[in-house]
Amino acid sequence: MKSIFRMGVPVVGKNFFPSNIQGLPTWYEIRVSGEKHLARRDGVDVMVAMNAQTYAEDLACVVPGGVLIYDSTWPRSGELDRDDVQVLGIPLSAMCNEAFDGVRARILMKNVAYVGALAALLDLDLAVIRQLLEETFASKPALVEANLKAIHMGHDYASTHFACPLTARVEAAEDTAGHIMIDGNTAAALGCLYAGATVGAWYPITPSTSLMDAFRSFCSRHRVDEASGQRNYCVVQAEDELAAIGMVLGASWAGARAFTATSGPGISLMSEFLGFGYFTELPAVLFNVQRVGPSTGLPTRTQQADILSCAYASHGDTRHVLLFPANPGECFEHAVAAFDLAERLQTPVIVMSDLDIGMNDWMCPEFEWDDDRHFDRGKVLGPAELDRIEEWGRYRDVDGDGIPWRTLPGQDVRGAYFTRGSGHDEFARYTENGDVYRELMQRLDAKWKTAAGLVPGAEIDEHAGAAAGLVTVGSCADAALEARELLAGESMPMDYCRIRAFPFGEDIRGFLERHEVCYVLEQNRDGQLKSLIVNEFGIDPARLRSVLIYDGLPVSAGSVASGIRAWTKNEVPA
Amino acid sequence: MSYISKPRIDHPGLKQNALGLTRRDYEGGMSTLCAGCGHDSVTAALVQACWELAIPPERVAKLSGIGCSSKTPAYFVSGAHGLNSVHGRMPSVATGAAAANRDLHCIGISGDGDSLSIGMGQFCHAMRRNLDLLYLIENNGVYGLTKGQFSASADRGTKAKKGEVNQQPPIDPVLTALAAGATFIARSFSGDKAQLVPLMKAGLRHRGFALIDVLSPCVTFNDHEDSTKSYAFTRQYYHPAVNMDFVPPAEEIRTAYDEGEAMEVRLHDGSELVLRKTDEAYDPGNRANAFQYIRQHLDQGEFLTGLLYVDPESREMHDLNQTVERPLASLAPDSLCPGSSALPDILARYR
Repeated sequence: MKSIFRMGVPVVGKNFFPSNIQGLPTWYEIRVSGEKHLARRDGVDVMVAMNAQTYAEDLACVVPGGVLIYDSTWPRSGELDRDDVQVLGIPLSAMCNEAFDGVRARILMKNVAYVGALAALLDLDLAVIRQLLEETFASKPALVEANLKAIHMGHDYASTHFACPLTARVEAAEDTAGHIMIDGNTAAALGCLYAGATVGAWYPITPSTSLMDAFRSFCSRHRVDEASGQRNYCVVQAEDELAAIGMVLGASWAGARAFTATSGPGISLMSEFLGFGYFTELPAVLFNVQRVGPSTGLPTRTQQADILSCAYASHGDTRHVLLFPANPGECFEHAVAAFDLAERLQTPVIVMSDLDIGMNDWMCPEFEWDDDRHFDRGKVLGPAELDRIEEWGRYRDVDGDGIPWRTLPGQDVRGAYFTRGSGHDEFARYTENGDVYRELMQRLDAKWKTAAGLVPGAEIDEHAGAAAGLVTVGSCADAALEARELLAGESMPMDYCRIRAFPFGEDIRGFLERHEVCYVLEQNRDGQLKSLIVNEFGIDPARLRSVLIYDGLPVSAGSVASGIRAWTKNEVPA
Repeated sequence: MSYISKPRIDHPGLKQNALGLTRRDYEGGMSTLCAGCGHDSVTAALVQACWELAIPPERVAKLSGIGCSSKTPAYFVSGAHGLNSVHGRMPSVATGAAAANRDLHCIGISGDGDSLSIGMGQFCHAMRRNLDLLYLIENNGVYGLTKGQFSASADRGTKAKKGEVNQQPPIDPVLTALAAGATFIARSFSGDKAQLVPLMKAGLRHRGFALIDVLSPCVTFNDHEDSTKSYAFTRQYYHPAVNMDFVPPAEEIRTAYDEGEAMEVRLHDGSELVLRKTDEAYDPGNRANAFQYIRQHLDQGEFLTGLLYVDPESREMHDLNQTVERPLASLAPDSLCPGSSALPDILARYR
């Protein structure tokens, strides 16, 4: 995939893997497109089938006119042939058993050899492949040679036995300059580094684990004092998610920028503390790298099914700020924004990534950083400010935006207050007075309205004449945009609105009001985004048509287009 | 019920500590616990300990979970920030607070329900992490706020107010702490201020996790006959195994101890603890020996008190993490941001 990227051709890779360490099959799907499409399409043009037990399944995915490559060392059942698919057998195992010693090397090189064959069939640049191998194995030159030997073996076999290249081939272009290939968890971790986060607390859970791993890795390079070896960060591996969020809230209370990374089951465990953070008004940043639920679900598959559980997490009246990145670039940006928003609004902020964004490599424009960027630490009073204030109340709304002023421990006795999850008045004193409680809840609601004006707005693309809108969120974006192109070609033009945050802003309300019908595309069974829209805007549900894709695989453009077409076919003329 | 502030009464003759502060400066709001509650005595001892150590009030962080015990942070050091978190989760909040600001003197107040049932996991892991925290368990064997159910520390055979007899064995916080790796472990009694105050001072000065399990009778639900957590029972069956004197840094040990009786322990800040064992066979510096000795006495119905185990050389969470000396919370985000100049190098590996 990387060699295609280096040839200047837009490419994206999706890894489909089971919740297992070894012994079950995995797939890796690569999309190459001259039109710069970055989602899965639907259907496979060239299939490399390396697992005998999945030959039938693999063959079924190939589109008419496509190619299936398999290891012809062993005979393959004739039933597994298709007239409309070109089947190419390469004796990969036999070749590697002859050329390499040791079981491990033979198995590994088999996988490298088919890359060589693909290079011949797809016309990939061998020089680029060599360059990549040299970079990857810079410290182990012997491996470069062994890998190259396998590449050439595959390449030579394909060139000799087949008509190379195939009709579907890769042509070098200039379309990837200024881009990188990166996964969303790494990008989010980089955002945390740039945002100045110092405390990370987490409990390992797929698919979020690599986020904290990446943060630690970045910190080891950028946050250690060279002379003393001392670290200006502290990452704590907690005993569970209950503790992880407690640590984040404790650290935020004490004035550090703190965060945790988790997935749906972790959010369920953190819910009690999320309500505490909302009610006591403490900043916290969470990354929810969503996976398939409910319960353990499919831990290594992707979904967007935590929208409602995060928006309203915890008992009582609660609402939480959510950010919805659509790609690694936005993971980086939203990570930084999340810390500013959490401190400005004094409330937990959840960045709603998912397994597709978090763990797959996406092609995206290189990240940028503005050194003049202002870090918003929110309303914090230090000793100097307390000198000037006659009377301060921790939960008093003096600015009319619903956001009170806070103080940090360790600084000044005049700033001391008691943070409690029980009823409290403007001065943080215990109370069960009903009027005081109601006023507090109304102020929190006022703060929510302030939040709507601070979170990132939706990405909206409207053209005159489109009666329908396509509303979506997060990792659906690329598939949605490609499906929109497909449908425009079928005389079904649609306007586009990608929601990037909760609370929803007026821009989203306007978009919904301007369109008679909106298709709401999301990855869950129950139409959670649609429910949230209906609940928050009081909009007529009949105007929203759900397009729901929830098989656990990244959304493909084809499935989105089919989902929308299905609605229009069922339309009963008025 | 509403917050009740305590009238401040200053006598000109009140003694001042090294910061020029009186005990009044270390008090808090008026207690709303039952009259005679052991917890109020623990609060009073804590006020005394903080005042004697002359800790700047704003440098104290008071943390708790849920329960009667967890209300008490409102009743001492009103000049300090307090945080009353969710049930059983104080250790995690304390971990975060200590991670963010290592200059804080974190004091966690918990109860037997908060620590030994819902919070057992966090209690154990904070000890394993050797968090720099003074952790008090105000232990009374019952759930007071929900009106008298047994807690996990209720002794076998003890009777509830309504007559029910507890059949399950208790979880002993001291033995648990020995097993989980706590580095300062003590037991005391709310009615023994003379023992409690030096223990609190030593615990505050210990760098690492300091547990004091304080038997603190519940006058409303567990102070009757046939209760093993009553004032009367405690006075009869709680005996010191180790007496301790706390000697602050720069002060000399003046008391003359009998040869072989005293064991001196030096803490990181230069304080000296002088331990006087009541039985030569006991070794508060040996985890295995301490466990066996305490276990044997518990089996005989005797509750040993005092500083039961200490490891003054232990390394706390920040030592293990090699964190910078300055509190992380005091480092401005822009000073931590690698900036645009570092970005091309970082991104190079993703091209």
